[in-house]
Amino acid sequence: MSKLVRTIGWLLYAPILIFGFYVIMHGHLTPGGGFQGGAVVASGFALLIVAYGAKGAGLKERLLSAVESGGALIFVGLAFLGLGATFFYNFLAAGGGVVFNELVPSGPNPGDLNTAGTLPLMNWAVGLKVLSGLGSIVLLLALFPGEEE
Amino acid sequence: MDAVVQVVLLVVILAAGFLAIRFKDLLSSVVALAAVSLALSLEFYVLQAPDVAIAEAGIGAGLTTAVFVLTLRKTRRKEEER
Repeated sequence: MSKLVRTIGWLLYAPILIFGFYVIMHGHLTPGGGFQGGAVVASGFALLIVAYGAKGAGLKERLLSAVESGGALIFVGLAFLGLGATFFYNFLAAGGGVVFNELVPSGPNPGDLNTAGTLPLMNWAVGLKVLSGLGSIVLLLALFPGEEE
Repeated sequence: MDAVVQVVLLVVILAAGFLAIRFKDLLSSVVALAAVSLALSLEFYVLQAPDVAIAEAGIGAGLTTAVFVLTLRKTRRKEEER
């Protein structure tokens, strides 16, 4: 692509990634979540692939594939870890675990990040799966041999 | 005020969708389709569904545009006359 597209892509890549990871991290407090944040991060990957080409973007198919499988395994693994009560039981919430263990304050509040138990972890699992899945779709399409290249 | 914004957004969606069909240059058509997605995501935001708006902006305006641009680079840019 042209130098204009390359420069703007290079400038916008980091803000897009930060916003996507922010949406994943705050999935249990604000609109959005794993899927939406992962889609935003994947659109950042797509921007980089369109601007710099499949080779120049520096994304590895095998790494993306491994992260995708890892996200799915973390999601199902967390669901199985709650099996003492039920499948998908939120065993970390309200003092049950090390992280995300605080009680949700009552009344109107700006939202406490350290709440909701396994939900943020599952948001991260879904986010990793979605960002690597959609990213590898675009990467493989760019690697596909075409008519003119 | 809300109704005015919605009417403007729907008119933009219709106009950009019509242009996406009519353009002979397929790259312009893809950009018009991205404009449809952008206006649609703003419309979702006005309708108080910010969740759907983020998904629409990420997937509709970002990923599908990238997929179409990559596909156009590997095929022909102009639509054939019939």
